[in-house]
Amino acid sequence: MNFSRRSFLTGSTALALSSAPIIGRAQGSDKIIFASILDLSGGLDIYGTAMADATSLAIDDINAAGGLLGKEVELKMYDAQSTIQFYTQYATQAAAGDRAATVHGGITSASREAIRPTLARFKTLYFYNTQYEGGVCDFNNVCTGSTPAQTVAKVVPYAMNKWGKKAYIIAADYNYGQIIAQWVERFVKENGGETLAIEFFPLDVTNFGPTINKIQQAKPDLVFSGLVGGAHVSFYRQYAAAGMNKEIPIASTTFGIGNEHKLISAEEGNGLLAAYSYFEGVQNAENAAFLARMDAKFGANRATMNELTVRSYEGAMLWAEAVKLAGSVEHADVTAALKSGLTYNGPSGPITIDPQTNHAIQNVVLGELQDQEFNIVESFTAQPPADTQLVCDLNANPTLSTFYFENGLAAAGIK
Amino acid sequence: MDLVVAVLFQLIYVIANLALISLGLAIIFGMMRVINLAHGEFLMLGGYTVVVATNAGVNIWIAMLILAPLVVGIVGVIVERLLIRWLYGRMVDTLLATWGLSLLMVGLVTSIFGASTATTVAPPLGAIRIGSYAASGYELFLILITIVLLIAVWLTLRYTKLGLLARGTMQNAEMASALGVSTSRIYMVTFGLGAAVSGLAGGLLAPMTGVLPTIGATYIAKAFITVISGGSAILAGTTAGSVLLGGLNGIFSFIAGSTFGEIALLLAAIVLLRLMPRGITGRFFRKSL
Repeated sequence: MNFSRRSFLTGSTALALSSAPIIGRAQGSDKIIFASILDLSGGLDIYGTAMADATSLAIDDINAAGGLLGKEVELKMYDAQSTIQFYTQYATQAAAGDRAATVHGGITSASREAIRPTLARFKTLYFYNTQYEGGVCDFNNVCTGSTPAQTVAKVVPYAMNKWGKKAYIIAADYNYGQIIAQWVERFVKENGGETLAIEFFPLDVTNFGPTINKIQQAKPDLVFSGLVGGAHVSFYRQYAAAGMNKEIPIASTTFGIGNEHKLISAEEGNGLLAAYSYFEGVQNAENAAFLARMDAKFGANRATMNELTVRSYEGAMLWAEAVKLAGSVEHADVTAALKSGLTYNGPSGPITIDPQTNHAIQNVVLGELQDQEFNIVESFTAQPPADTQLVCDLNANPTLSTFYFENGLAAAGIK
Repeated sequence: MDLVVAVLFQLIYVIANLALISLGLAIIFGMMRVINLAHGEFLMLGGYTVVVATNAGVNIWIAMLILAPLVVGIVGVIVERLLIRWLYGRMVDTLLATWGLSLLMVGLVTSIFGASTATTVAPPLGAIRIGSYAASGYELFLILITIVLLIAVWLTLRYTKLGLLARGTMQNAEMASALGVSTSRIYMVTFGLGAAVSGLAGGLLAPMTGVLPTIGATYIAKAFITVISGGSAILAGTTAGSVLLGGLNGIFSFIAGSTFGEIALLLAAIVLLRLMPRGITGRFFRKSL
């Protein structure tokens, strides 16, 4: 055997390198890792950057109150760059590399579906803090955002009573838009109305002229919009430029969560209706304190808070409360604590996890846009995720990891 | 009847819109053979110029028609001097360089203005009535200004000394140089003009679409498809490409929705380039500009 100095050196270096991560992990165990994966650049950063700010405030607040279980919580922030491939990559990195106690994040439904199976496989507790179309039934995925039965079911009857029974639906052309359009159609029908047409738009469409013609031709009483992203804001401008905003009013399931009401002028947006779990105008002590701390951390020019940003904060705080109650960061303990009826009182009001679906029971507010502010016209307390409850029962099947609305409502058995 | 007029109006607007976003690229790519992947960002910069200027109290017409082309034209000249002039004739290298430039510009604008920008510039003209239908007066203005712009570029290329020198330089730079033309300066001015036209287009579109740092991505593919489908004659080509692709996009958007409109546009471009690899003006209107 030829045992040279060189081969000894390479062999021993390889040994030293391979043992390095183990040492690193042992040293890291005096901190609890909280991973967040959001789009901080690319087209979706209009949502992601403010959500990341709110998440970092939550981690500050947790650590200011002494951390969790006597340990400091460390935030690992990943920028998925509006690219689905990075979501999968960073989810693996957070779960296997960082050994994160929990992963929060995902903005579009597509990004959630990309990381949900990965995190379920690693049994790394996953919080999706975005309002979405409902239907996720996953033992490992806590969905804190509002779903159609909580918000759309409120805005549809309100708008129809105000404006009339004939609706025209326009929505973004991917799973959220397709499914939300079916929900709107269903709620319109339940309230005795009629849907004249449904139209979908790829995310990079900026010219809505042909659609505005069609809306004028169909003469609906109101338009429901589920448009998403920066390019689609053009619709509201072009609609107003044709004078249509004064003739046929708009209600939306998405307008405002990207602070669209700050991007267009007051005249272009006035009168629009939307329902979410939060507007800045929510009156309670927690919200006042939260807004003051956001001002202190990010300055007076910080982004306007909406459901996405506030829920990113509340999702992190809810997880922290569950860890405290469980006295552990282990998956089974924290999940049991979350399902025990634990309530976190956040800026939007009390949030409780429904053990049947892992979705949040939460307050909902209906707002009317006036001079770039949503004025709250109606409030609803403790709304259950009634849509997902129709199909999902984690009490009966505690190991489910499914997205029921993947192929639409009819495929999920909802008529 | 009202409907026919209203739909026809929209169709013409879609065509004009496509021509407007493509014209600057037609000059830089069609004429100079520089693959400018930062074209979308030139449009975006034009939009931001209008937003910043109107927020500072400048009249919106001055901001759109004068400041936007001026600022982006100057940016274009700087880019040409620092980056592009080292890369003429090296297509793949310009592709990489301008892609990098595009990322840099998106990053810079995002770090200065933030990811989402309050662009409360509303279209400065009211609605116009077409019988029982309403359309935007600003869209009519955009159609007219696109026509004016096409004519202005044509007049410049056809009847001015600069246009003659530019065409000559692009056809045969060595010969032009031998005849005493400063080709380096001609390249710089032409690139600057292409950038200025892009800036003007971006500024004019800002009230209709708003501006975001990433808005360029929604224009770039369509602009390239239009210019490539149009072929080597930049004006006739851009116009023909816009009419064909924009027309199909508009008709299918109205009949079957935006998704099919986009599909029709892409499908038409693929079939067209299979049958006419050199674009429309590779076969028809070959002697035109």
